[in-house]
Amino acid sequence: MKKELGIFILLIVLCIIVSIINPNFLLSINLQNLARQIGAFGIFSIGLGLVIITGGIELSVGSMMALLGVLLSMTLTEYGYGAAVAVLASIGLAMGLGLGHGLLITRLNMQPFIVTLCGLLFYRGLARFVTDDETKGFGAADYESLRFIANGNLFGVPMPFVLLLVIAAITWLVLHRSVYGRYLFATGRNSEAARYAGIDTKRIITLTYVISGALTAISGIIFAFYTNSVSPANHGNAYELYGIAAAVLGGCSLRGGEGSVVGILIGTALLQVLRNLVNLLGIPSSLDFAVMGAVILIGVMADQIFTERRNRRQVALMRELSAREAK
Amino acid sequence: MAGVSKRFPGVVALDNVSLSVGAGEIVALIGENGAGKSTLMKILGGAIARDNGTIKINSEPVEIRSPREASALGIEFIHQELSVLDNLDVAANIFLHREPTTAGFLKLINRKRIYSEADVLIHKLGLDISSRTPLDQLSLAQQQLVEIARALGAGARIIIMDEPTSSLMLSETRRLLEIIKDLKRQNVSIIYISHRMHEVEEIADRAVVLRDGKNAGTLQRSEITHERMVRMMVGRDLKEFFKGAAHERSSTTNGNGFIVRRLRTIRYPNHTITFDVAPGEVLGIAGLVGAGRSEVARAIFGVEEALETEVSLDGETLRITEPQDAISNGIYLVPEDRRLSGLIVDFNVRENISLPNLESYSSAKIISRAKESKAAAEAVKAINIKTPTPEMRAANLSGGNQQKVVLAKWLTFRPRVLIFDEPTRGIDVGAKAEIYELIRNLAAKGVSVIVISSEMEEVLGISDRIAVMHEGRLTGILNRAQFSEEAVMRLATGTEG
Repeated sequence: MKKELGIFILLIVLCIIVSIINPNFLLSINLQNLARQIGAFGIFSIGLGLVIITGGIELSVGSMMALLGVLLSMTLTEYGYGAAVAVLASIGLAMGLGLGHGLLITRLNMQPFIVTLCGLLFYRGLARFVTDDETKGFGAADYESLRFIANGNLFGVPMPFVLLLVIAAITWLVLHRSVYGRYLFATGRNSEAARYAGIDTKRIITLTYVISGALTAISGIIFAFYTNSVSPANHGNAYELYGIAAAVLGGCSLRGGEGSVVGILIGTALLQVLRNLVNLLGIPSSLDFAVMGAVILIGVMADQIFTERRNRRQVALMRELSAREAK
Repeated sequence: MAGVSKRFPGVVALDNVSLSVGAGEIVALIGENGAGKSTLMKILGGAIARDNGTIKINSEPVEIRSPREASALGIEFIHQELSVLDNLDVAANIFLHREPTTAGFLKLINRKRIYSEADVLIHKLGLDISSRTPLDQLSLAQQQLVEIARALGAGARIIIMDEPTSSLMLSETRRLLEIIKDLKRQNVSIIYISHRMHEVEEIADRAVVLRDGKNAGTLQRSEITHERMVRMMVGRDLKEFFKGAAHERSSTTNGNGFIVRRLRTIRYPNHTITFDVAPGEVLGIAGLVGAGRSEVARAIFGVEEALETEVSLDGETLRITEPQDAISNGIYLVPEDRRLSGLIVDFNVRENISLPNLESYSSAKIISRAKESKAAAEAVKAINIKTPTPEMRAANLSGGNQQKVVLAKWLTFRPRVLIFDEPTRGIDVGAKAEIYELIRNLAAKGVSVIVISSEMEEVLGISDRIAVMHEGRLTGILNRAQFSEEAVMRLATGTEG
């Protein structure tokens, strides 16, 4: 919990600084926009965070979104299916791709980095091929329900943010209170010992990639309708890196077995506030990535220092105990 | 070393400890875990700094601030856990960090020289391999010899060996002890840390005993006996070490109990293993390292699939392909490597204990923290795990207490078969006695227990019957009346049966 508190304070401090320098930060239009971005990025970041907790990685998120996006547009506009069918197909396909990743990783013992890197290349190429590299849109037709999910507000709160909160609440319960969550942490920490404890680690890992696929699809639908057009070559480029950054910033360890839903949420928010800050403070947008890189580095560094201190305290406590016993 | 003290926050690890080694002398440093042996040796090896005291070599006071400085003074440390790099070959390991170079600033490694010199060094130690052999093709014992070769190659005058035989079996240990005697003849000083008393009896010129960070006494060559050492180490008698142990029993299980037939493992596909364990019986499995004992355990537990087997428990035939199959039938394994397979060391005690039994502490898959904590607290109390709280990370516990956590995991169930693979490796004398007692109590409750052990005393002391393996073959099963060190060794080395 301390971990999340640290970066939460960083987030608040950043918000205060930005709003002092440029009060426009607090305009409801800006806050709404920010929340919309946090929602859209947060949903797939949670999935990516779960994968990272297994000790894996998912690099194909951005490409998968491009592929799902163009297919969504084609099912709706070119083949004329209804919104419900298109959405279910999109989520189903993404879960299928996640299942594929999971099976390759657990059954063939392939490295997650390699499997999902191939996914990153493959899905991007596929998206460009099926569209002949043409940007796909949704035209002027009214897919009202879908547009509402991406651009609508519920009592003034952007829908993607509402969705994020719902998904986060469910994931929190699953990750931090359920048997599945504990198995996930055990598998990520030490899959050998988890297996010796009777956990079906292969199933747990595969399932996690499937969940990540589903969440990627939901984010993908939001992004597609938010931008209203999907350029197969650029849509979702580098989004996986935003997700990884948010997860790591939120306390997930790439070694696996560590992380929290709240942390990932705060991490996502921090990243989006940083992007917003670059805009509002008139920092050249070319520095965009540099600012993010620096803040992530500092955040992770501080966290590492705190963790080591906590460990040392526990070791000291054990020593005291053994000393007392010796007497 | 004289008057050496070291304080860690909250505890005095070493209090005014002295130790001396003459040239060509073998000094055994013994004591229970936590007695301060490792701390003392880390100070000598330059890994940590002392608070007080002096260190002299040839009556010259010296300062040792890093392992490098220790090495420059001719002090080499051979660790309990092998510190060789198994992705490199023998010569590369021996010359690591002091490679002779050619071609000036290019610093190319002089390959010709390292291979020829490494060959000489390893042959001197009786290692009959090429120095171009990759380390991962060597046995543990051979890798250890490579470490010794590295120490000698670095010009060691004092070699510290920390439990060098803990992963070796008897014949390998014998060879190592001969090599140590040979080093002594070459005037190398040896500081030998071991929990194995008969090794100390055999080779030590002197035994220095530490207890609770203080000198507890020194035994001269003629005074070194098993009993005196143990008494000095623990400050009390441990005669009743294996109390309540073993009784004679017939080997027939009448179809009850745990029966394994025609087990073939991937490592030794040409041999089949058949044995049975009655309810309430402790079956020891002895053998040399690499005899295939752990493979049998892993196959029974479903970690590695068996090529062929027929397993039955109380007359019911079981099919086990994954650990969860074994677990659901009440068959549990306490594995050899507790930090890698037995525990999740970054999990706390509570989470480790509840892990395999999580479903029973939860409703609708949501874990009840209250139920979980209660079970963990009960387990901690029941088998006396020394931890201030069940929320302590397992990594911070001592080896003995970690082993108890592994055991506690299974005791929250109702075990029917419990397999222990080297249950007391690297555990101090006091905790060992507690683990033996737990094993006997389990048997008394009707559990079929299998204990795989490389320690002769342990396997003779704890077992009702002993199955002995040699290179994948089950060479014999001894009844209590036939128990003797010689009988086990004959079967383990394959000279009989």
